[in-house]
Amino acid sequence: MTELTIAQEAPAAPEPSWEERYAGPSREICRRTLAELARRDPRIMCVDSDVGGLETLFADLPEQYVNVGIAEANLIGMAAGMAASGLVPFAHTLSGFAAARACEQIKVDVAGNDLPVRIIATHGGLSAGHYGPTHHAVDDIGILRLLPNLTVLVPADAVEAEAALIAAADHPGPVFLRLGRSETPLVHRGPVDFRIGRALTLADGDDVTLIATGPHPVLMARRAAETLAAEGIGARVLNMHTIKPLDEEAVLRAAAETGGIVTVEDHLVTGGLGGAVCEVVAARGGCPVRRIGVPDRFSDRVGGELDLLRHAGVTPERIAAEARLLTGAAV
Amino acid sequence: MTSTTAATTTTATTATAREDVATLAERAHRVRERVLEMGAGETGTHLGGSLSAADLLTVLYGSVLRVDPDRPDWPDRDRFVLSKGHAGAALYAVLAEYGFIPSEECADYAKAGSRLAAHPLRRVEGVEFPTGSLGHGLSLAAGAALAARRLGRPSRAFALLGDGELQEGSVWEAVMGAAHHKLDNLVAVVDRNGWQISGTTEECLSLEPLADRWRSFGWAVREVDGHDLPALLAVFDGLPDPEGRPTVVLARTVKGRGVPMLEDRKKSHFVKLTPKLHVRALAGLRNRRERQQ
Repeated sequence: MTELTIAQEAPAAPEPSWEERYAGPSREICRRTLAELARRDPRIMCVDSDVGGLETLFADLPEQYVNVGIAEANLIGMAAGMAASGLVPFAHTLSGFAAARACEQIKVDVAGNDLPVRIIATHGGLSAGHYGPTHHAVDDIGILRLLPNLTVLVPADAVEAEAALIAAADHPGPVFLRLGRSETPLVHRGPVDFRIGRALTLADGDDVTLIATGPHPVLMARRAAETLAAEGIGARVLNMHTIKPLDEEAVLRAAAETGGIVTVEDHLVTGGLGGAVCEVVAARGGCPVRRIGVPDRFSDRVGGELDLLRHAGVTPERIAAEARLLTGAAV
Repeated sequence: MTSTTAATTTTATTATAREDVATLAERAHRVRERVLEMGAGETGTHLGGSLSAADLLTVLYGSVLRVDPDRPDWPDRDRFVLSKGHAGAALYAVLAEYGFIPSEECADYAKAGSRLAAHPLRRVEGVEFPTGSLGHGLSLAAGAALAARRLGRPSRAFALLGDGELQEGSVWEAVMGAAHHKLDNLVAVVDRNGWQISGTTEECLSLEPLADRWRSFGWAVREVDGHDLPALLAVFDGLPDPEGRPTVVLARTVKGRGVPMLEDRKKSHFVKLTPKLHVRALAGLRNRRERQQ
């Protein structure tokens, strides 16, 4: 009773601004969203592999939280066992450890059985930065998009990450949600119409198309489009937040309506978004494609995420330069 | 604890009739005959590990597992995972024996277009998870056990593992996890036949002291002769562990059990029986059975 009185007397908290609401890393937004969803849906299980922080967030939902420790194979295998019995497990680990270390469990136990396991994978791409190459995940998309049934989502900011997590919760099959590590600038200043398998058009243009996935690549593509616009080149920007199933229609429209495609990703140039786009374009409708991503070699460069991306040649300047080549504009 | 036991006992009587030793022995004999038929097919089969597991599988399906061939998706059923998926022939023979699949279907084993792959597929009634790559089954069963607890269902989860399979590191992730989370409705059964492809387990990568290893990981350990049907029934009657631990049944078995020319031999791992050898194997099996009766 006393508490109620205090609550009534407290001044109403001011509505947080859009920026305040989506401040912080995408992975934090996803965790909070998951905890909210879990309160409404008792089938949801947060399955942790000692990633840190989840134990606190789920402290008041002990029956919906299980920590398997640093054991990724068991993380995915147990999640599959739970999903087959009617629970909706969200398995948390780092992207590289999920895609490479627990790849077989994802293949055989999760995707192979089309079970509703949601894998929440942080530290995607080069977002682990100075941690070094053991913690980089620049092959995760390539590995996982090979697996039938598995939906692969790569949201570009915290707004999309929240929408992607909600979409994943309702999705009938398995989902891999690739998130970064640190906070990245917002791509969206308002609600987003996030639909699995539907690319988001961030800018219109008919001269060239920039297709990007992941937070920095999407921001860089948009910046490159602004540079090109000032030069009179109309660049369409597609945010390909779903790698699988790929929005082939959007890719083919870009191939037919613009002079070429530049793909941008924080992943190896082989096998990821660039590879997926090339497969569609080569098979179903030709246009030149230039791929920007991490070169096909191991790197031991030490640096933060943006430094590593720059070193890999993933920059707005390079995107603009490749786009100019495709439009025949003077470089 | 008492009320849980009472509830599960009631369910057991509705789902599975508990078969006596004589019936189980008769069924296990037919299972072995069917396994030999599969071994005489066009591809051959993992005969040694199928025959070593035949009694374990028969006891599980005949008198332990609460499963129902008429309702393979019954939510309260026990979950069984054949983690040593290469014993698929033995599983099919048992599933046929207990009415999950037509017994004639065993003749299609590994044939083009059939459902019966050498390692089981999920679209076969009674198969909860496809297996074959070793080291997956205990995690799957642990997940099912945890789900049953979370959902308040009486289901238990059983995984049958090979002893060579215990060399996979992922098994021990699951062993640690299940003990930590006190999954007392989880049972691992180890077919301890002592052999793997390249020799004995102890020559290849030693497992002993196996019971101590499981015990030190926090499991209740039951050691038993995996071909002694009354002893197996007694072990499974002791479930769940009164101390709330997951249980491992270390079942000492003989690779190729029941067929003298295959017993306890490295070469029994994968065998394609010629028609002549098939006749000889069947005769050996029947002689052994007659002597036991």
